[in-house]
Amino acid sequence: MEMPIPNASVIARKARVVKRLQGVLPADAVIHEEVETRAYECDALTAYRCAPMIAVLPSTTGQVAEVLRICHQEGVPVVPRGSGTSLAGGALPTADCVILGVARMNDVLETDYDNRFIRVQTGRTNLSVTGAVEQDGFFYAPDPSSQLACAIAGNIAMNSGGAHCLKYGVTTNNLMGVKMVTMEGEIIEIGGAYLDAGGLDLLGVICGSEGQLGVVTEATLRILHKPEGARPVLMGFDNSEVAGACVSDIIKAGVLPVAIEFMDRPCIEATEAFAHAGYPMCEALLIVEVEGSDAEIDHQLALITDIARRHNPVELRQSRSAEESAAIWLGRKSAFGAMGQINDYMCLDGTIPVSGLPHVLRRIGEMSREYGLNVGNVFHAGDGNMHPLILYDANKPGDLELCEAFGADILKLCVEVGGCLTGEHGVGIEKRDLMHVQYDVADLEAQMAVKDVFDPMWLLNPAKVFPLDVTGARRQPAVAAE
Amino acid sequence: MHRPTTEAELAGMIAGAQEPLHVIGGATRGVGAGGAPLSTVALSGITLYEPGAMTLVAQAGTPVAEIEAVLARENQRLAFEPMDHRALLGRTGTPTIGGVMAANVSGPRRISVGAARDFLLGVRYVDGMGQAVKNGGRVMKNVTGYDLVKLMAGSFGTLGVLSEISMKVLPCPETEATLILHGLDDLPAITALARALGSPFEVTGAAHDPAAGQTALRIEGFSSSVDYRIGALKSLLSAPVMTVLDADASAAHWAMVRDVTPFAQEAGDVWRVSCKPSQGPALAARSGALGVLYDWAGGLIWLRMARGGDLRSALGSYDGHATLVRGDSFARFEPESAGVARLTSGLRKRFDPRRIFNPGVMG
Repeated sequence: MEMPIPNASVIARKARVVKRLQGVLPADAVIHEEVETRAYECDALTAYRCAPMIAVLPSTTGQVAEVLRICHQEGVPVVPRGSGTSLAGGALPTADCVILGVARMNDVLETDYDNRFIRVQTGRTNLSVTGAVEQDGFFYAPDPSSQLACAIAGNIAMNSGGAHCLKYGVTTNNLMGVKMVTMEGEIIEIGGAYLDAGGLDLLGVICGSEGQLGVVTEATLRILHKPEGARPVLMGFDNSEVAGACVSDIIKAGVLPVAIEFMDRPCIEATEAFAHAGYPMCEALLIVEVEGSDAEIDHQLALITDIARRHNPVELRQSRSAEESAAIWLGRKSAFGAMGQINDYMCLDGTIPVSGLPHVLRRIGEMSREYGLNVGNVFHAGDGNMHPLILYDANKPGDLELCEAFGADILKLCVEVGGCLTGEHGVGIEKRDLMHVQYDVADLEAQMAVKDVFDPMWLLNPAKVFPLDVTGARRQPAVAAE
Repeated sequence: MHRPTTEAELAGMIAGAQEPLHVIGGATRGVGAGGAPLSTVALSGITLYEPGAMTLVAQAGTPVAEIEAVLARENQRLAFEPMDHRALLGRTGTPTIGGVMAANVSGPRRISVGAARDFLLGVRYVDGMGQAVKNGGRVMKNVTGYDLVKLMAGSFGTLGVLSEISMKVLPCPETEATLILHGLDDLPAITALARALGSPFEVTGAAHDPAAGQTALRIEGFSSSVDYRIGALKSLLSAPVMTVLDADASAAHWAMVRDVTPFAQEAGDVWRVSCKPSQGPALAARSGALGVLYDWAGGLIWLRMARGGDLRSALGSYDGHATLVRGDSFARFEPESAGVARLTSGLRKRFDPRRIFNPGVMG
């Protein structure tokens, strides 16, 4: 993975930058000793590490604006950071950058049930947003797997999804407004406690822009009342093609589950050995969850099991209680941990049209044999968002590179069948150099034009998302800044 | 009138344009602009439809009615319920899917499933230099690069001319019904709607029509479930009289709300105010409007004003914004804050450096 050569002139000015930052932040909010900056050397894509020049932890939007103004004047690149759980290297520092962490900004600013929104500072974790309203029966819908740790700031940057977005949508569908600081230090507000901000949909393009357009410090989020209940059904099939057809039939029948999760045999085997969830040993397993009152759930599950029966399942297990539901979900929720017990793994995130599922699974199997690396598939089947987990040995020379090449081939396959490189994790550095596979130069130029407008000097998280060869000329001014 | 039949032709036409262009689909939404008309109606046809994947791809000029008919055969629909502006604006013509997306037109179901922009998965468009660009795709989850799809939705043709769109579609429910609360004043009506939306009963429409004295809540789904939830709402809410509309009457009621039918035959300017739902009654009260219709549980207020009535001054400062939908005495869109305006105008300059698309629309 190539990163830009750190700007020596910026590093040479470190002492001055530190001093200026200390002038606007509390003493403990400016981290600049090498032994301490190392805490920020990576996010959840741990294969790549680089300590930042400085890390700052502002407590207010005003402080964020001061920090950005200083960095803008000094020509210092800024990498925003939520909780550092990005799987794509979205918060990976460069040696010449300031990491701007929003972790100290985690307050709930306003809760309004009549108008169904919550306004929070973006350092707040995803799960604690729901935590702030669940005693009154409400929840915040997007539920990335890292929700215990991940921050709303990062959710907005990556437009995070989760298992339940088939029904409730991803972050962008639940974000009503933001307070954001531009690289120049200007505080702007877009949208708010009402639907559909006026004018151009800036909110829509800010969400998912991977911290490259501004630093979002406050967010107005839509909250919903919890359903009366939810229960899953588990079904096993002896081939994945049939499982795919079953998913398609469920959707066509007009039942819209909240989640349809899929696991293949390698994943089922690993999970069983790890979590003992009592899953059937078969080629493909589906967990389909529906919501409503008990009677509504029974009705929907009956329709779903009727459809499943037509596909000759080897197992059909309908949950009748909270305990049975937990047992069905246990394996799925342990899947990543289970794979991690076997070996190091790389988690991919491509999305494909649901109809392409059998073909893609077959090709992944073939490639697995060609590369000599095992792979397990676990994914959100309702929306085609795949998470192939490629197993490799980080201590074996060359294995990481082999795994990355395999991963790149899988993502190219996703694009080839009409899908995309990343469904919910983001591009970061991980998929940056594959962007050419999905987009032509003109397509990338149009996206980069947006960054040109928001951040003309390309100082915010500049080495991410776009291949370095197409951003080189744009990143030059930053190098020249003195 | 320019009527390109392929994207390449569209691109050539824009690259060679020597004068401003008035970008239109079916021209049913009254987005007035100067310039030579450029219509996408000849870019027409559904190019891909996968019911099992809930996705449909169509050229921008495809009539909405054609798409709805094809979807209906598979028992699916455009869940965001796009409004038909023709009756309200007294226009004829054929609404196109590109027009729907360019104007981000949603209906009553917006409160439960999202806006048109939430269903738009991918776009192809031609920018002001005549360059064809794609963004997004045809899958439901896609965070690959910036979301220009959202930026194009609701940009009213000011950033580019849409040539193709891909959308998420949803299954039609088995049935629907609407609970009508009769005789409530605005404040208790909006309170009741908030109560219903704050319940677990998945309301997909929440409107209040003061003139008719009707406060309406729509429930959709399987028949037994609809009955159950209508019953649950009845016990949750109170009103002097409550009645229930069956599926057909319910559909008719929401078509009326969606298209703001009560204002169609009445004179005056028509405004659309997006606000915090609980503020709806207070805003309507100080608007001086001749007619009021609340949708989105009060978060969308349709106001019929005397011609030339200055609604924005009457409302003063509040969380939200007002759009002039019928009338020409004021700018269509609310003025933006300086910071936002700078970004907006910067984007327009980059996407359309010659400023040839829809001059006068959106600043």
